[in-house]
Amino acid sequence: MPRITINNQVHDIPWEGRNLLEVCLDLGYDVPYFCWHPAMHSVGACRQCAVKQFRDEHDTQGRIVMACMTPATDGTIISTDDPEAVAFRRSVAEWLMVNHPHDCPVCDEGGECHLQDMTVMAGHNYRRYRFTKRTFRNQDLGPFLNHEMNRCIQCYRCTRFYRGYAGGRDFEVLGWHDHVYFGRAADGPLESEFSGNLVEVCPTGVFTDKTLKEHYTRKWDLQTAPSICVHCGLGCNIIAGERYGVLRCIRSRYNDQVNGYFLCDRGRFGYGFVNDEERIRQPLIRNERGELEPCTIEEALWKTSSILRHGRAIGIGSPRASLEANFSLRYLVGEENFHHGMSGRSYQLVREMLAILQQGPAPAASMSAVAQGDAALLLGEDVTNVAPMLGLALRQNILRQPTREALRLPIHEYEDSAIHEAIQVGRGPLYIATPDVTRLDEETPNTYRAAPQDIARFGFAVAHAIDPAAPEVTALPAAVQETAARCAQDLLTSLHPVIVSGFTCGHPDVIHAAANVAWALRRRGKPADLCFTVPECNSLGVALLGGESLNAALQAVRDGTADTVVILENDIIRQMDVDLAEELLERAQHVIVLDHLPSPTTDYADIVLPAATFAESQGTLVNNEGRAQRFLPVFVPQGDVRDSWRWLGDIMVMNGQRGCETWCHLTGVMRLMAETVPALTGVTEITPPPDFRLVGQKIPRQPHRYSGRTAIHADRTVHEPRPPEEVDAPLAYSMEGYPGQPPASLIPRFWAPGWNSGQAVNRYQSHIGGPLKGDSGGVRLIEPPPEAAITYFDHIPDAFVPREDALLVMPDYLIFGSEPLSARSPAIAARTPRPYLGLAPKDMERLGAEEGQVVALLVTGTCYHLPVVARPALPRGVAMLPAGLGNMVALGLPQWGHIEVKREVWD
Amino acid sequence: MERPLTENIRPGEPPLGLREYVERGGYEGLRLALQRTPLEIQREVTESGLRGRGGAGFPTGQKWSFVPMGPDARRPKYLVVNGDEMEPGTMKDRLLLEGDPHALIESTIIASYAIEADAAYIFLRWEYSTAAERLKAALAEAYDAGYVGRAIMGSGYSLEVHLHRSAGRYMCGEESGLLNALEGKRAIPRSKPPFPQAVGLWGQPTVVQNVETICNLRHIIRHGAEWFKGLSLTGEGGTKLYGASGKVRHPGVWELPLGTPLGELLHDHAGGMLPGHRFRGLLPGGASTAFMTPDHLDVAMDFTAPQRVGTRLGTGTMIVLDDRTCPVGLMHNLLRFFARESCGYCTPCREGLPWVARTLAAIEAGDGRESDLDILDHHVRMIRAGHTFCPLAPGAMAPLESALVHFRQDFEQHIRMGACPWR
Ligand SMILES: Cc1cc2nc3c(=O)[nH]c(=O)nc-3n(C[C@H](O)[C@H](O)[C@H](O)COP(=O)(O)O)c2cc1C
Ligand code: SF4
Ligand code: SF4
Ligand code: SF4
Ligand code: FES
Repeated sequence: MPRITINNQVHDIPWEGRNLLEVCLDLGYDVPYFCWHPAMHSVGACRQCAVKQFRDEHDTQGRIVMACMTPATDGTIISTDDPEAVAFRRSVAEWLMVNHPHDCPVCDEGGECHLQDMTVMAGHNYRRYRFTKRTFRNQDLGPFLNHEMNRCIQCYRCTRFYRGYAGGRDFEVLGWHDHVYFGRAADGPLESEFSGNLVEVCPTGVFTDKTLKEHYTRKWDLQTAPSICVHCGLGCNIIAGERYGVLRCIRSRYNDQVNGYFLCDRGRFGYGFVNDEERIRQPLIRNERGELEPCTIEEALWKTSSILRHGRAIGIGSPRASLEANFSLRYLVGEENFHHGMSGRSYQLVREMLAILQQGPAPAASMSAVAQGDAALLLGEDVTNVAPMLGLALRQNILRQPTREALRLPIHEYEDSAIHEAIQVGRGPLYIATPDVTRLDEETPNTYRAAPQDIARFGFAVAHAIDPAAPEVTALPAAVQETAARCAQDLLTSLHPVIVSGFTCGHPDVIHAAANVAWALRRRGKPADLCFTVPECNSLGVALLGGESLNAALQAVRDGTADTVVILENDIIRQMDVDLAEELLERAQHVIVLDHLPSPTTDYADIVLPAATFAESQGTLVNNEGRAQRFLPVFVPQGDVRDSWRWLGDIMVMNGQRGCETWCHLTGVMRLMAETVPALTGVTEITPPPDFRLVGQKIPRQPHRYSGRTAIHADRTVHEPRPPEEVDAPLAYSMEGYPGQPPASLIPRFWAPGWNSGQAVNRYQSHIGGPLKGDSGGVRLIEPPPEAAITYFDHIPDAFVPREDALLVMPDYLIFGSEPLSARSPAIAARTPRPYLGLAPKDMERLGAEEGQVVALLVTGTCYHLPVVARPALPRGVAMLPAGLGNMVALGLPQWGHIEVKREVWD
Repeated sequence: MERPLTENIRPGEPPLGLREYVERGGYEGLRLALQRTPLEIQREVTESGLRGRGGAGFPTGQKWSFVPMGPDARRPKYLVVNGDEMEPGTMKDRLLLEGDPHALIESTIIASYAIEADAAYIFLRWEYSTAAERLKAALAEAYDAGYVGRAIMGSGYSLEVHLHRSAGRYMCGEESGLLNALEGKRAIPRSKPPFPQAVGLWGQPTVVQNVETICNLRHIIRHGAEWFKGLSLTGEGGTKLYGASGKVRHPGVWELPLGTPLGELLHDHAGGMLPGHRFRGLLPGGASTAFMTPDHLDVAMDFTAPQRVGTRLGTGTMIVLDDRTCPVGLMHNLLRFFARESCGYCTPCREGLPWVARTLAAIEAGDGRESDLDILDHHVRMIRAGHTFCPLAPGAMAPLESALVHFRQDFEQHIRMGACPWR
């Protein structure tokens, strides 16, 4: 254990190989920094973190070193408050401010600006520079980010993140000397799926959130709460901020196991649906004229409960609603009448994945495990579009092996640029088997383009090459066999391989193949992990809850065993074949829908109850690794919008249903759920109970500087209204409360004395890059026995045979557009492409279709008219249909589709 | 007096072609080198005491000793010849590049062989187009004659030599900036450690060596370390290309024994000051060295003696300041250059140098203020070795710091008068 001396204080630090800046921050010393970033480490560019280092105790002179570039080895002696170091740091801040526009009052970063914080920390306050400042022209970088280059302090973090960490290519540093420019070669939207992180990576106001600008609010005026992203199955941790009833921004909430410091652009900019003008804010009842019209809460409850009392009701839950809401529905209609809201087909996939993860021996990889892994095989998944942050994790995974080599040269692990110079274009093994090209392809030569059956066969072949006891694939083309053998070898020589697969191929065989590979590796002694993508933010959660499929629901309505359906936060027309969904909705005598927004499903409803979104309610979601995490309400919504679980509870109360008194409080519901469903026992542990207090106080959602509290309602009342009461969480809708650091799962914002920006997170971590202090980081509900016996899947599908009369239509998942809630957000909509049909050139030739030409595609009982886009890599006989765009199917695919070529051409 | 480096150079005439060069003993050093092992050559060079002529004076043999050698060493390895020569006032490498390209090529191969390099790059300043043409021609001849390429001179050693013309930036001369530039990246420096010998060009073991340093090698191999040591006046070995620019009678470049005293350089070789000009001081080795003054004329110009008077040999090519030239103007000229050439990576240099340059411009233009001297002093104090990411900015401060000592009254006079007294 190295022992080091800082300002004459002796400290034992837990391990070797870290730099002095991290160590100082861990120990609570305020050393200012800019270019160092906890995830991207040190480059020594800004020179802000200077400290004085002494050779030994006899050295009185010492010399200035950069803390971020100096190892904390045993016997290190430094001073952070040495006058020369202090003077130099002040001087660095002065230099940085030379060209800075000093426009804090009109800068969106103001109040949460690392540059402000560090300038104060470094002690610079008087301006001596008397010449003109340099100015830049700003760029239009698309709907997500605002660009104000004059504020740049040239810390190089943005390019290091965008290019080095996230693999982007269309953004760079340009220019020279004091005219260094960070931007694109030309105006245009940033192409990286992770561009929004520049908002938080940039220490000043160069990159700010353009969507926030639409309804700008300072950090100190935002009411915030810890939350979970609902836009894919990964469950990234977020902080959501509100003022005046409008959700204004999403920031990343650090979780070392899940999303680390970052978010994807769908998650960051997809929140607009919460503020959608079409939000359902009042209960609606269908009148005699067949129109939905507003009614009172009482009317809606009375009508609903009377329908349920007299009818034979089934419940249709939702993989995007919380466990608590789904459980409430299940309780309302009875376990035997509960449907999980997925089609039989989707559910089969999710259940297969769940079973594989439960059974073991390969556990589900957390995102940090993916990033820490050193080899990966992707079967069927274009992760960057389906589960974007997984793509970012994989980009770190493939650097692991070359980095390990570089460390032997020797280079310290934190010396970021040195490592990049040493590894150059070196990458660890990454094998991608998908129908079409993916964003990660640029990082690997090992890609295989194939239909789902062939992807599965490839996976099975890899497994067999790893462990001959795994079933063999016969009649595999030699080249594929060779790739499989190479892949097997690469996985076997890695230390921690990760096998990624999921739902997008719509094929259980692909998932089975992934399991076989992971298990074969386990048999050969490799700690392989599995990482599955799931369709929605709570797919695994509802799968743990159980229930019947949508197809069973349809059957029940057809049979007449049910005449009433209660649909929870689910547009079932997206979940299954349109004609089947429509039949279900048409046949049911009564359709009751709880949701946030009108959808094709609400069009069939007799009663619509306005359900709160993630930002307005509390609940538990289970992500793709089986991690249960809780989102807490950020604000109380306008109108009659209420949590789904509360609506359902009130219906139970109206009907005097047994046990309905539990529904007074969410905690009761949660407890009952944990007792009833053994798989969910852990969920009560995620957050402290509502009566949790620190020094007798709740945790305030509003910061201590929240302004205008007495004026906000002045148009209605001159009295300060009582803040809404919160009975379900230990958070208060108030600025009053415990001012210090709450338990990690309740952290509403990162903010510490002297640290107003999000960089304050270093004050909340147990150590830099480690877990938040005292954190569970969510609760993993699925931990398989590591020694579990292995029974390989042995059904190997036949090779894909292209058909002459039809094409296998595959869903082309898009980060922007395929997920319906985020797709409604204006910024995301602006990045969503127009619908198209991707065809292999061979098929275009065969069909006589040209690029841009419109074809009629008949698939899953629907006819789409779409312009053709050539997809040169696509295997013959396979077509790509953008998943879920507009009214397009997604989860029902792949299916055989028929094409008719039209003559018109869309521009 | 022996002048090995320039023996073949005939000012005003084209360089020796391959035939003449060989007739005069060319490629003899290479032939001898290939008969010995790489480590033997390294030992010979270490014993010769050869130190880098690019400005830092690092012992060449010692630099090579950090290169991983032998069959298990990481491959490929590279040798890079630094022909960027953008240091103000410096034109010594140009003489060698234009005057005797085969000598550079021969020595490059020897150096490459000594570190078992697989390829060598000659990185040439963009403006040196004559040198580029001559090197290209010589390289073609050397390839044809089997001195470069596969199985050189029938030995088991193969080497590719590439000529690369820089896109042009002072920072491309700093060895790690050079490597980035050669890789097609921005010419920003790299952090050290790791040194290029471990992580160099394309991440591989690499040695970067100045043109003049390299050119010594064929002579060391032919005549031995003892001979080389005997060439210098002091103990550091070899000759040195010295030069002078400014208001001297004979500006130029001369090959002289290392350790030639400053006064001798100034008076005997540069011919003293032009009539009507008085000597005030000089920057001994390019712009990024501190002033020497009339008090220093007997300092032996080797690597160690100038350090005792607070300056460095640098490139050995001096910029002479006379009494009819404004020292503030000179400083402004230099600092404008350094500010422009700052790579923009680290804060003190990127923001500090332009501030200094603007302040000097203001003083020179008669807009100086009392507080401007504080600003200059502040920068001189704050921008030091170790404070910045690379030596460019501390180098830029070296002349300014000494100017503020030796010519402070000139700065003060500008500010007092509100004008430049020399205009
Ligand atoms: C800003 C800067 C510019 C430099 N320019 C050159 C140059 O043009 N030529 C050169 O040989 N060395 C230059 N150097 C020194 C090189 O970094 C390096 O020390 C040298 O090439 C090593 O060769 P040597 O050991 O043979 O001197 C420069 C250094 C700095 C800091
Ligand atoms: S834009 Fe921001 S992150 Fe990029 S260099 Fe400038 S200050 Fe740093
Ligand atoms: S990766 Fe998924 S969970 Fe994470 S921010 Fe993006 S959409 Fe949200
Ligand atoms: S001192 Fe800093 S800014 Fe200047 S050239 Fe070196 S690295 Fe670049
Ligand atoms: S934080 Fe250490 S130099 Fe920038």
